[in-house]
Amino acid sequence: MAAVTPDIDDLRLCVHCGICLPQCPTYRVLGEEMDSPRGRLYLMRAAAEGRLGFTETFARHLDLCLGCRACETACPAGVPFGSLLEATRSQLAERGPRPRAALLCRLLRGMFTEPRRLGVMLGGLRLYQRSGLRHLVRATRVLALAPRLAAMEALLPDVPSAPALPELIPAQGRRRLGRAGLLTGCIQRHLFPDVNRDTARLLSLAGYDVVVPRDQGCCGALELHAGFLDDFRDRARSLIATFPVDLDVIVVNAAGCGLAMKEYGRWMPGEAVVAAFAEKIRDVTEVLVDAELPLGPLDLTATYHDACHLAHGQRIRAEPRRLLGRIPDLRLVPLTESDLCCGSAGVYNLLEPEVADRLLSMKIDRIAETGAAAVVTGNPGCLLQIAKGCQERGLGIEVVHPVTLLARATRRAVK
Amino acid sequence: MDAVLEIDLPNRCAVVQPGLINLWLTTAVSDRGYFFAPDPSSQMVSSIGGNVSTNAGGPHCLKYGVTTNHVLGLEMVTGAGELVRIGGKAAERPGYDLTGTVVGSEGTFGLVTAITVRLLHTPEAVKTALATFASMTEASEAVSEIIASGIVPAALEMLDAAIISAINASIGKIYPDAADAVLLIELDGPRAEVEAQAERVATICRRHGAVSVTVAADEMERALLWKGRKEAAGAVGRLTSSYLLQDAVVPRSKLPQIMREMKAIAARHRVVIANVFHAGDGNLHPLICYDDRSAEELERAKQANEELLGACIALGGSVTGEHGVGLDKAKNLPLQYGEADLNFMFRLRRVFDPAGLMNPDKLLPSHPACGEGFRPKRPVLPAGAWI
Repeated sequence: MAAVTPDIDDLRLCVHCGICLPQCPTYRVLGEEMDSPRGRLYLMRAAAEGRLGFTETFARHLDLCLGCRACETACPAGVPFGSLLEATRSQLAERGPRPRAALLCRLLRGMFTEPRRLGVMLGGLRLYQRSGLRHLVRATRVLALAPRLAAMEALLPDVPSAPALPELIPAQGRRRLGRAGLLTGCIQRHLFPDVNRDTARLLSLAGYDVVVPRDQGCCGALELHAGFLDDFRDRARSLIATFPVDLDVIVVNAAGCGLAMKEYGRWMPGEAVVAAFAEKIRDVTEVLVDAELPLGPLDLTATYHDACHLAHGQRIRAEPRRLLGRIPDLRLVPLTESDLCCGSAGVYNLLEPEVADRLLSMKIDRIAETGAAAVVTGNPGCLLQIAKGCQERGLGIEVVHPVTLLARATRRAVK
Repeated sequence: MDAVLEIDLPNRCAVVQPGLINLWLTTAVSDRGYFFAPDPSSQMVSSIGGNVSTNAGGPHCLKYGVTTNHVLGLEMVTGAGELVRIGGKAAERPGYDLTGTVVGSEGTFGLVTAITVRLLHTPEAVKTALATFASMTEASEAVSEIIASGIVPAALEMLDAAIISAINASIGKIYPDAADAVLLIELDGPRAEVEAQAERVATICRRHGAVSVTVAADEMERALLWKGRKEAAGAVGRLTSSYLLQDAVVPRSKLPQIMREMKAIAARHRVVIANVFHAGDGNLHPLICYDDRSAEELERAKQANEELLGACIALGGSVTGEHGVGLDKAKNLPLQYGEADLNFMFRLRRVFDPAGLMNPDKLLPSHPACGEGFRPKRPVLPAGAWI
């Protein structure tokens, strides 16, 4: 049995006060109670108590949820919305196949969560981008016939070639803070290999021996969010097995992966190995925030976008800002509603491009008014989404991971 | 319908659409030193249209007045289908004060499509104090004396032990755990006046047995105290799965008495009643907790609720202060108004909405005691009219 029943006592924590509504991105865009956290909880509870069937309508309102967890930040009663959503989706997945679920399955199983297969596919894509075929496809607008494919095509940046990191990168200098494992991820590894390289470099500068298991797979977060719990657990257990048990911390530089990994224990209760692994998970900014790093000046005005699964999921807001604040000459300007979802949300922008584009448009409006030359954010999905938005508006704004700027600053440091 | 249509700072007003969230208006003007005074606890969620509809109050209405005191004009489509403009930016106008009539009409006159609201200048100084008491009675007596002394705090809120535990569970230990009652007292205005009043308020609280009186050290601490207060109704989810939230009012001097009666009612019906309310206005917000899976418990909660409303009326109070009447309390209006009063209101409603299309069955009771002649009839609507 893959599905998990949502905890009725968790569902009953909601007293319908409504404080979550204006914080919910889909409620902001769609304006329907059923597309708000309060409405979705009401539906989930009705289904859990057998008063409502698992109908298409019910599934649709849950499909539209980004899973951003902004409602958890807002909720005074402490409703664990994320895990209730994931449990309910696992029930829906079991009752499938629905068209969207089938598409999700293909996306997840076929591509994203298989780093090697993703690598081969992206190699093909690199060819597509560089051979002139992309130009032809965009000029002929042939993709207008397939909006989801168009969404994916628009999202992908130029694919870099990605040499693998060494399996051990020793600490530099005399300080020794311990042994840090590094998750290289799927999208991060292939589309942003520099982010992994910079993460490893910063960790070793800070005094960590960095361990990068070569045969590590996917964390399973996308499958968890989609409700495919069996696949998720399989991936989680194999990932855990590839990391040595003697690591002091396991560093993640993708907000979505980090949150899922921190919550492994919830979905595999009673497994000591899983709990021990989850305990060690840290976002890269948590690890580096107080580390000694040689940072040179960067004359740059930047703004910070809170990735949902960092700010709402892991409650990490101060660390990345403090780190960026340590870079000499860098001016960090506030972004209005910095913690409102950009629409990326895993593969949401591929499945629900309309809602995602409206959220992206709101986000880009806010970014444009800051006057910043760079937007900084700690999740590959947000990096892709916001870069797409900036490009479409013709804004010459750089979209970067915090470690990219930090590493750049270390290269400017006086030796 | 959630746009700010105009901000007119020289005339200290703004024109907004009804769907605009209350707090967003203050957010839009706060950097220029202005704010919109009505601040229902739901202000981060509730719309200004809703505030107009219920004539909403809030903690700061003790000093600044309720929504109607901040609405200068309205654009409305009446039940008869006319687009009318009522009031406006000019302070003095000839004719009837229709703005005051429409604010609080709960949508029974028509659909409000634009609202001209007053904006106020942010005060020079704000001080927020927390006074801890060993009993609700002592805290209530302190409230009466503060007001009697001529001080008008910007806000004067009371929270009981149950609410305090819910808030502390929600956002961390910001209120004193062991207290039976705390008063959240905010003073604002010119700096010298605020300082002097803070001294006097602290003295009065101590005289009535306050165990401690502390002042928020900085803006962050102040914001956290208010966050706790404003999210209290949601934080109660940590105590109970469901509650009946009441909004009854008693004359301020009767607060100690109603607190004693409430305790007896709660004991008699074996329900927890949590209290967080605008003590300065005598506007109670008892949250009568019950388990929504138990029909018997719900019944007990309902009985406690009716008894409590009866007790408030008997003390010269009102069935609702600021939340509106809606469907729930329409049946209670005859406790407060005579037949002639209610008939008069029915006739007024028909002037705006002759066919009874606008929010039928809300606000006024359809009980025969209110006059057969004016019982609102279910409108006959063409098919699909609601879609």
